[in-house]
Amino acid sequence: MTELPASTAKKLGLVIDLDTCVGCHACVVSCKGWNTENYGAPLSDQNAYSGAASGTFLNRVHSYEVQPPILKDEPAPAAQLIHFPKSCLHCDDAPCVTVCPTGASYKRSEDGIVLVNEQDCIGCGLCAWACPYGARELDAKEGVMKKCTLCVDRIYNENLPEEDRQPACVRTCPSNARHFGDLADPESDVSILVAERGGFDLMPEQGTKPTNKYLPPRPKDVEPEYDILAPYLAPVASEGKGFVNWLDKALSALPGGAK
Amino acid sequence: MHPAPSVIIFTTFSGLGFGLLFWLGIGMPAPTGWLAFVYFVLAYLGAVGGLLASTFHLGHPERALKAFSQWKTSWLSREGICAVATLLIMALYGAGLVFFGTAIKPLGWLGAIGALLTVFTTSMIYAQLKTVPRWKHWTTPALFLLLSLAGGALLSGNVGIALPLLVLAGALQAVAWVHGDGRFLASGTTMKSATGLGDIGEVRAFEPPHTGTNYLMREFIHEVGRKHALQLRIIALGLGFVLPVLVLLLLTFNLVVAVIAVLSHVAGVLTLRWLFFAQAEHVVGLYYGKR
Ligand code: SF4
Ligand code: SF4
Ligand code: SF4
Repeated sequence: MTELPASTAKKLGLVIDLDTCVGCHACVVSCKGWNTENYGAPLSDQNAYSGAASGTFLNRVHSYEVQPPILKDEPAPAAQLIHFPKSCLHCDDAPCVTVCPTGASYKRSEDGIVLVNEQDCIGCGLCAWACPYGARELDAKEGVMKKCTLCVDRIYNENLPEEDRQPACVRTCPSNARHFGDLADPESDVSILVAERGGFDLMPEQGTKPTNKYLPPRPKDVEPEYDILAPYLAPVASEGKGFVNWLDKALSALPGGAK
Repeated sequence: MHPAPSVIIFTTFSGLGFGLLFWLGIGMPAPTGWLAFVYFVLAYLGAVGGLLASTFHLGHPERALKAFSQWKTSWLSREGICAVATLLIMALYGAGLVFFGTAIKPLGWLGAIGALLTVFTTSMIYAQLKTVPRWKHWTTPALFLLLSLAGGALLSGNVGIALPLLVLAGALQAVAWVHGDGRFLASGTTMKSATGLGDIGEVRAFEPPHTGTNYLMREFIHEVGRKHALQLRIIALGLGFVLPVLVLLLLTFNLVVAVIAVLSHVAGVLTLRWLFFAQAEHVVGLYYGKR
């Protein structure tokens, strides 16, 4: 049924650290690798070896440039490059679930994971229209909707060694930028992380109440003056001489000339 | 949004077909025999043809029956149920007219209500989407209903009713366009809220997640083609409303005049439906620095 559960016992989800993500796309690759071989239809690629390749991914990494405001009388702060992984946020108020005409899209009451039952999906695409985050992609070959499963086939999988019972993207991240846990439990590691680092929701105004949280980049350090010799170097030719000096003064005197 | 031909054709022709079924249902006109047959064939061509066209964009049309199950939450499911129920009821009503020369009035009225509900549920599939601020507005269902009623009146030869409805629909379309232009901004969803990075400074998309395109970009980002929007709006208003109204007012009504008015109206509605999709901006585009 595409009615949302009134509440879920757990809220399993991810916490993504925008401070430590280095944009290596390892999570993209491991996600595709795990999910193309396991739960549901494989994640197809089209024209994979041409100039016009495209394919289905459940997790993608964007990169943004953020320019802090340039204040008068201060050196311009450097722009920051922020890598931004994005997969399904397993929203509490998931609009993708309620729009589904077949009941294929559903949210589990036990842990809050949002899944697609691929045997029921007619591939109408409406759930992807309803998701503000671009977390759902219709597979071009299989004709069914694909989305992040929170690696439901890993996290409860007793055939895997204990340390592997985590989402593939979390397990693989070399900079520990992705964390997995229960966000309904205020004592969980992820909840503590969110509280301490000021984790936030994406597009809160859309009213989806995402489970996944993002941790903001930490403020950048101010670079100290590290060239210890610089103060001892005498300035070269502070006063010019002769013709060059005259030319310098004359040009400066022109309207708009540099002093 | 990508203006997929299947959806444009579906919404246009099923709107016209159900509009015609509405007028037939309330007995305006109530033809019998062969004439009734022609009217009903026309209506079903539009309504059923439109519904069939809409199944072309499904990944698994063979499972379409499952789509009737989620009427509690899903407007798409409700639309399917309303459409099929209306078509069944009106088939009975039509059979009464064609074969027995009698109008089973309660069935007709029920079918007429069903036709309006079908058009309304179709419009709500779009109007419910918070992700597309241009659509999430009362003008979306109002316009779908008005266009369907006006087109249906035109097809059923109710000229006196079609004229004011066409004028009203044209005016409402203009209002919807002008008001809709500002709605993305008014929705408050920006790159700042999408990334949560706005507190640091100005956010700019630096690199997309991949070198090529993907499903999301194909489906939701349609920047090309919008540049002629103004011209297309004028063409849509001219063909959809101004020309049919002028033709009906100035020429003495006969079959040729009616056909000209209908064809012009359909071309106009197809154009404005193309714009309905092509100009609709999905918030996901913000993640790509596009609209
Ligand atoms: S992120 Fe999108 S697909 Fe995932 S639960 Fe939220 S609305 Fe649905
Ligand atoms: S694409 Fe599949 S899961 Fe999505 S709304 Fe349609 S039937 Fe439901
Ligand atoms: S939790 Fe699993 S499915 Fe979801 S993004 Fe990570 S690897 Fe992909």
